[in-house]
Parts: sequence; C-alpha cells; structure tokens
Amino acid sequence: MAWRDAKASRVRLLLFMASIILGIAAVVSIQLFSENLTNNIQLQSKSLMGADFIIKSKQLPSANAQRLIDSLQPDASEVRFVSMIAFPKNEGTKLVRVRGLEGDFPFYGDLETTPTAAASQYQSSGGALVDATLLLQYSIKPGDSIKIGEITLPIAGALQAIPGNNAISSSVAPLVVIPNRFIEATELLQFGSRREYQFFYQQPEVDLERLEERLEPRLELEDAGLDTHISTSKRLGRRYENVGSFLNLTAFIALLLGCVGIASSVNIYIKEKIKAIAVLKCLGASRKQSFLIFLIQIAGIGLLGGFIGTALGIGLQELFPYLLKEFFPFDLQISITAQPILMGIFLGLVMLVLFALLPLLRTWYVSPLEVLRFSGTTFTESKKARYMAIGILVLFLYGFSFWLLKDALFALAFILGVLVTFAVLAGIATLSMKLVKKYFPKGAHFTTRQSLLNLFRPNNQTVVLLVAIGLGTFLISTLYFTKDILLDKTELGQTSQSANLITLDVQPDQIGEVAATFKTNDLPVIDNIPLVTMRMHSIKNELVNTLRIDSTTQVKEWILNHEFRTTYRSELINSEEIIEGEWVASQQEGKVVQISISDNLAEDAQVGVGDVIVFNVQGVQMETVVTSIRKVDWANLQLNFSIVFPKGVLENAPQFNVLTTYAATEEKSAGLQRDLVSKFPNVSVIDLRQVYTVVEGILDKVSWVINFMAFFSILTGIIVLIGSVRTSKYQRIKESVLLRTLGAKNKQILSITALEYIFLGVLGSLVGIILALFSSFLLAVFVFEEAFVPSFIPFLVFIPGISLLVLAIGLSNIREVLKSSPLEVLRKTN
Amino acid sequence: MAKILKINGLEKTYKSGSKQLTVLHDISFEVEKGQTFSIVGPSGSGKTTLLGLCAGLDEPNAGSVDLCGYTLNTLNEDERAQLRNQEVGFIFQNFQLLPTLTALENVSVPLELQGAKDAATRAKELLEKVGLGDRVQHYPSQLSGGEQQRVALARAFSNRPSILFADEPTGNLDEETGEKVIQLLLDLNKDAGTTLVIITHDLDLAARTQQILTLKGGQILTNETTATS
Repeated sequence: MAWRDAKASRVRLLLFMASIILGIAAVVSIQLFSENLTNNIQLQSKSLMGADFIIKSKQLPSANAQRLIDSLQPDASEVRFVSMIAFPKNEGTKLVRVRGLEGDFPFYGDLETTPTAAASQYQSSGGALVDATLLLQYSIKPGDSIKIGEITLPIAGALQAIPGNNAISSSVAPLVVIPNRFIEATELLQFGSRREYQFFYQQPEVDLERLEERLEPRLELEDAGLDTHISTSKRLGRRYENVGSFLNLTAFIALLLGCVGIASSVNIYIKEKIKAIAVLKCLGASRKQSFLIFLIQIAGIGLLGGFIGTALGIGLQELFPYLLKEFFPFDLQISITAQPILMGIFLGLVMLVLFALLPLLRTWYVSPLEVLRFSGTTFTESKKARYMAIGILVLFLYGFSFWLLKDALFALAFILGVLVTFAVLAGIATLSMKLVKKYFPKGAHFTTRQSLLNLFRPNNQTVVLLVAIGLGTFLISTLYFTKDILLDKTELGQTSQSANLITLDVQPDQIGEVAATFKTNDLPVIDNIPLVTMRMHSIKNELVNTLRIDSTTQVKEWILNHEFRTTYRSELINSEEIIEGEWVASQQEGKVVQISISDNLAEDAQVGVGDVIVFNVQGVQMETVVTSIRKVDWANLQLNFSIVFPKGVLENAPQFNVLTTYAATEEKSAGLQRDLVSKFPNVSVIDLRQVYTVVEGILDKVSWVINFMAFFSILTGIIVLIGSVRTSKYQRIKESVLLRTLGAKNKQILSITALEYIFLGVLGSLVGIILALFSSFLLAVFVFEEAFVPSFIPFLVFIPGISLLVLAIGLSNIREVLKSSPLEVLRKTN
Repeated sequence: MAKILKINGLEKTYKSGSKQLTVLHDISFEVEKGQTFSIVGPSGSGKTTLLGLCAGLDEPNAGSVDLCGYTLNTLNEDERAQLRNQEVGFIFQNFQLLPTLTALENVSVPLELQGAKDAATRAKELLEKVGLGDRVQHYPSQLSGGEQQRVALARAFSNRPSILFADEPTGNLDEETGEKVIQLLLDLNKDAGTTLVIITHDLDLAARTQQILTLKGGQILTNETTATS
C-alpha cells in the first residue's frame, strides 16, 4: 500500500526528496572535504617544518639525550649557527645563519633553489645553497664561491625556500645551507659557540600527541626539546581550528536547511493525505496500518535520498581537485573515507523520519469522520506523543551537533540558538499578522488589501513561510558574518601600511641617515622602534641565579637565560590588548618603573600584576613592577614584544633601533638592502616577503575554501527556500484561478501575489538578518574570540536578493494560472 | 428578441496521451436575453466543457462564441476576464468560494475587481437577500454546504451580470437545501432579469427553465422549448 500510494504521489515525494538529497550531499561533501582539508592543512604544516617531528638541542646533546634521539632513528639532522661569511669574488661579507644538513631533508614541502637541480645535488657535489636575496644584493651567481670559516665552497644554487626557515623568531641573518660533513672543517663551532642541533624524523604514523607527552619531559631534563608539526600549526595561530569549526558549522547549517525543507514539505503532504487516510480508516485500516503506510514511504525516501545525496556528495568531492585547481597551488589530495558515507545514508533515513514524525503523527489521529467533512482538520493529537516526537528530534539535533562540533556546550548553545530563532521567527510572524489585522488599511486598493488579507486568513502559510524565509536568511547571514570574522582574522593586510622590510641594529646616531636612505629609495619609514636588551636579575625578590639551581621552581628555564629585547612606547599596538591591570603610557616620577608583559611571559615567569622584576640592563640593575598583562597575537607578523616599558625610562639606555618599511617589489627591496649594507655594515635587513609568501599562500587557500563552502550552503538554502514557497503553490493557484474566473486581470492577480510575497520576503529576510547579527556577535565573542564588525553586505544584498527570490518563486507559482485556461485549472483543482 | 449568447459550430478536443479526444462536436445554439436555459446530459457528455467555452473560460478548437455582443475568439484573456467581470456571473457545483475570505469579502470580490466603491454595502444587501445577513464575517469553512452555496449565489449576482452560468448548483446539496437554493436562484434571476444558463442532471429543474439543450457524446441531441416559456 505504501508503494502504491507513493507511486501516485511520486512527483511530490521526489520534490521533497530533492531537499534532503542536497542537504546530505552538502553534509557528506563538506565532511569529506573537511577531512581532506584538515589532512592537507596538516600536510602544509608539515611542509612548513619539513618533518613529522624534530628534536632540538641548544648544545651537543647529552649522552642521555643522544640515546633518546638515536632510539627514534632520525632520518636527517643538522646543526645551525650564526656566522660571518665572505664572497671572495667581491670581498663582500655578511652575517648569515648556516645550516649544516645531513640526510634527505625536507621530507615534506620543497627545498626550492635556482637552478632547481641544485636542491638535489648540493649534498653530493659539495656545494652551498645561499639565500637568493643575499646573492642578488652582492651580485653573486651560482658557480661563484663562498667562504665559511676556514673553508671555501662553490655556490651550488640560490636558495628560495626551505622548510623550517622562519627567519624572524630565530635569527636576523640570511640563510646558507651546506652539507653537514663540512662543518668540522669550518672550525666555526668552538667551545661556547651558540648553535642548535636538530634531528628530523619522518614518521607519519606516530601519534604525535602521545609522543609529546612521553618524550617532552624526558628531553627537557636533558635541555632538549621536541617540536611536532602539530605544534607548528598551533603556533601559527588558532586559524585552522577556526576553519574546522566553520566547516562543521557550515555542514550543520546545510543539514538544518534541509530539515526545514523536509519538515514543511511533509507537513503539507500529510495535510493533503488526510482525506485519503480517513478513507482508508473507513475501509478498515487500523491506526498502525495507516501510520506505517506513510512511515514506510518516508523511510524509503530517506534511504533513497541518503544514497543519492551521498553519491552526489562524493561526486562533488571528486570534482573538487578539478574545480579548485586554480585555487590550490598545492596538490589537493582527495580520498574517500567510509565514515562520511555511512553517515550520509544514516542521516537520510533518520533525519527524514524524525523530521517527518510530527506531521506523520497526525495520520494516527485522523478520524474516519473526515471523509464526511467538506473541509477542516479538527482532530486531536496526543500532547504526550507530540512532545515525545519533539524531544527525540531535539535530542537528535543535539547529538549530531555535538558530533560535529565536539563540544557539548557549543552544541547546546547552537541548538538553543536555533530553537530560539524558530520561536522568535514564529512569534514575529504571528505578531505581524495581528498588526496587519489591527491596523488594516481599509481604504487601500483591492489588490493591496487582498494581498494583506492573504497573510492572516485561516489555513494561511504566513508563519511557515516567514519561519522558512527567516531561518534561511538567518543561517545564510550567520554564515556570511562568521565568514567575515574568519576572513578578517586571516587577512594579513599585505599593504603599504604593513611593513615587509625590517632593518635591525640601527644605532641611534644612524637613524637619520638610514631614514634618508629609505627616502632616496622612495620607501617610507613605517615604524621606528627602539630596542633595549636586558636580562632578568630577580623575579619576585628571588635571584635568577638562585632560581636556576632551584629544582622546585615553576619558572620556565628560558626566562632565566633569555636576553630580552624590550621596547618602550606610550601606546598599545593593534596586535595586543590588555587582559589584566592598567597600561601605563609614561613613567611617573618617584615611582617604581611600571612595565607591561605578555601573557605567555607572565605564565612562564610565574608573575602577575603587582609583582616586582629586577632587570639587568647592560650592567645596570633596574627595579620594575608589572602593571599590566597583554594578550599578544604573535601570529600577526609585526614586531611584538614580551616586555614593554613606558616612555621616560629607557631613552638613555644603550639601544639600537628597528626601522621598517614596505617595498613593493623584490628589486626595490634588494636595492635598499644593497644601499644599506654598503653604507652601514652593522645593519641587518630582514625581508618579510619570504615569510609572507608562505603564510599568505596558506591563508589565501583557506579564504577561498571558506567562500566556496559558504556559497555551497547558500545554494542549498535557496533550493530549500524554493521548496518552502512552492508548498503554497496549490492553494495559490486555486485562489488565483477563481479570481480570474470572476474577472480579475493578469495584472491584478500578479499584483496580489507580488505584494504578498514581497511582504513575506522583506519581513522574513529582515528578521533573519537581525537575528543573524545577534548570533554572529555571540559566535564572534564566545567561539572565535574576535571583535565583531558586521558587514553591510547582507543588508544590501540579502534583503533585496532574498525578497526578489521569494517574489520570483511566488510569481512562478501562479504562472500556471496565467498561462492556462481557467476551466482547465478549475478542473484540476477540483 | 436579442441574442445574448450565440454558439456556432463549436468544437473542442483534448489530447489524451497520443490520442485526440473530441469532447464537443459541431455545437450551435442561441440563448435569448433574459431567458432561462438549461443544458442536460449524462456524465461525460461535455456539459461543463460547453459551459466553460460559453463563459470564455477556455478556447474552442473550432467555431465561435458570441457573448453579450462580443466574439470571444477575438478577445485576449484579459479582455475576456474584463467581460466576465462586467457581464457574467458564476455558480459552481462545489461553491468555489475563496477559503481565505469571509462571506462578505467573497461576495465583494467581483465588485472590488471593478474598483467599485460600494462593494461592501452591495455585498451585505445581497447576503441579507440570501438569508445570511448574520453570517457576513464567517469564513467558508465555518458555513454549511447550503450556506456556502447561498454565498456563491450572492457573489454571482453582485456585479449585476447580464448572464449567469450555473454548473450543477445543487450537485453537492441535499434535496431540501438544493430546492431552497434553486428557488433562491430563480427568484434572484427573475428580479434581476438576468439570463440564466444552468447545467443540471435534474430534469425537474431543467423543466423549470424555458429551454433545454440535451447533450450526448459531445453532440446536441435535442434543443427544446419547455412549457415554462
């Protein structure tokens, strides 16, 4: 019977299967893509460091450390240090960072050189790879030679990029890579020389988090450390996590949109079937039988929809590498995992049955008496059954959102948010109907009155349509606003406002001349930051020397040994915010020096606001008190400081300055560097372009993916919206054709329909956007922890766009009336 | 007497799959102004199709319909709609009231479409005439079948039509209610001097009109004047 009935209603059933197919396709492809993207991002973060994990040591590893290192079987190793080099060709000299590599490093990412072959041949040919900009600065070419300590090596190639080269944090010098076997001959590594040993591992199967837990404490004891590619990506910021949350949110939104479509379609479907159910009951069908007829139909469609949706999702996913080829410079490796596929089919079945449960329950309570009635659906449902159905539905939604978001509280907040949105939309719909009724424009033209009357008539669909339009707009706008938040965060602002050339070690008496050199090269001075180096002498009245030998101290070791580069200024910069205490702009006379420290320093040094730190500023002890703690966005590529002094303290201390500028082209950058090196040999220049290229490349890809996903969900939303508006088609056609029979012209019918849908579109989308603003604000503050600056785009584009869309769909509903003869339609509707 | 409706060589075919189904074949007749005219015939004889064509609700495949001095074939859909609005009234078997409008609003619709100012007053008068003065604010779902058909009657007369088409107006009503509605229809018709074209299975009702056209298999079987005339 279920099959026979389904055959008769196949068009309707297929129509609402479309919304579940799209919903599931969205979820499956987003899930698959999300998994692939996470893998790819992980791969990217691997290629940033070139290995799965690295063990580092600032000195020759102790015997114990070496045992640990060897037990894990390193695949490559290196020693890195800073040294002067010379180019015999033109006697140019420069402070560089030398990396003496052994083994086939990198395992991930590329060692990029010119000529390309140099990367694979330098080890066997015994040549050096020298930073490309450095070669440009000194007019040196591959084939020339470089003197490093006591040896002279041929330059095998210009070094463009190598994993593990994050210039700013580790060193200020350009890079020279040589085979490790020549290190000893350089005679540069003497007792007391600063150096770092790194051991690279290629072990993709290793559980890095467990490894960290197990190995890190043991390595720390030996003054060594572990670095995994996971921690590398963590260091890059919370961006990837945000992207993950966003993608999951997108998948969930796509699912919810599908659910709205299903719920409203099944609702109408069952309403139309009530007469048939009553007839069946008259003929002796039991409540269970009539319920099962439709339950089996819905479950069958759910299963079929699940299969088709999953297949579509996989197909779409397979297309991604072709579609996104232009946008992904890295190889997007697409693989298919079982979980999203099984989930897609399961979702199709369960989601459709659960969302259809409420309308399906009506079949249980349809009285056979309905057969004898002309109209009306006055049958009573059991409240208990209703609440149970709603409860199961909400629980399922919660479970699914928990599965997606992996956070019980966020999942709860999301579900509550959606329920509140439903309630608010339904409330506003009801209220607006009451308002229209109360302040009805009695003197208005017939078409206006008729269109308004349609909003609050018995059996009207105003609430359903407003909820569907409002929810659709709400979800789409939330997606847009949150996308904005994420893109705002990921945007690096590679503009002339942000520096890409950093000039270090500028002495105070050189500032004027260096600035003038900038000017002659047509480059602006963006920042002029004074730097004063110092070490900690005592922390909270405990001498650092004492803390060093105190095995119980919680203060991290690096704090005790680090030479801090501090600055002084009166204002906060945009990468930092005060999270505790008060910012002091300039030193007040007679008071202890009031400093601001970063939150990570506060944690590692175990100090808080009010604590005293005594610094050794190049031989002079200076007592300071912490007056504020700043949260610093280290991922923001600008000069950030752990310790900031107020103005009026360090001005006369021995210091050097950092001048920054923005050079639009590599040539411009090289020109300035040449000028600066020849005039000021002590000055070092860092070109951030290399760093920007890597990070920006990743962020560009991420931005594109975000846009693509948002578009995908928006499309799903539009299709579901079409479904929602079209559910009112049959009622509209009947009414319009009657009006036409009674003499209404096409224009009048069009006006009535147009006005009604414009009202629904504008009201629904406006309320949806306002709700989205509110929810995005909450998401920004509590989930993404970002400031929320709403975009005007949703207001300018979504309100007219969605209203026009609703209007177009609404008018297409009555196209049939305008095109065919009234008699034909009258007969059909009869 | 002037002819209000002139049907000449009317032919209507529908496509049923690959087959052509002739529903009406070579139909010609005339209805005089003010006349009561009934069309009878078994189910599937083409009665409703003929009524639809007469009222300009559909277009014939051949032949012509002259209604109130206009040849419908020469009018476009909007012009036909305007003609219906000015000159024609309708009553359907299943009432065809707009479920979203009250009784008063349903009756007002034809006048509202004309832009008439006194639509509500006229509608109220008519509802009182059909005995529903106290049900003006009720929606169709709140009215019985007989009451709904009375609202439909009031609506049919609201635009003071020259001709009224009724498609089995008592088909969905019990005998007693049906009789009351018919009596009301005939009375209103008499008062207004409207031409009435009525489709019915009820031969007794047909006998109360001045002329009976009998259809069978899409063709005219007889076209007789009754004793009523």
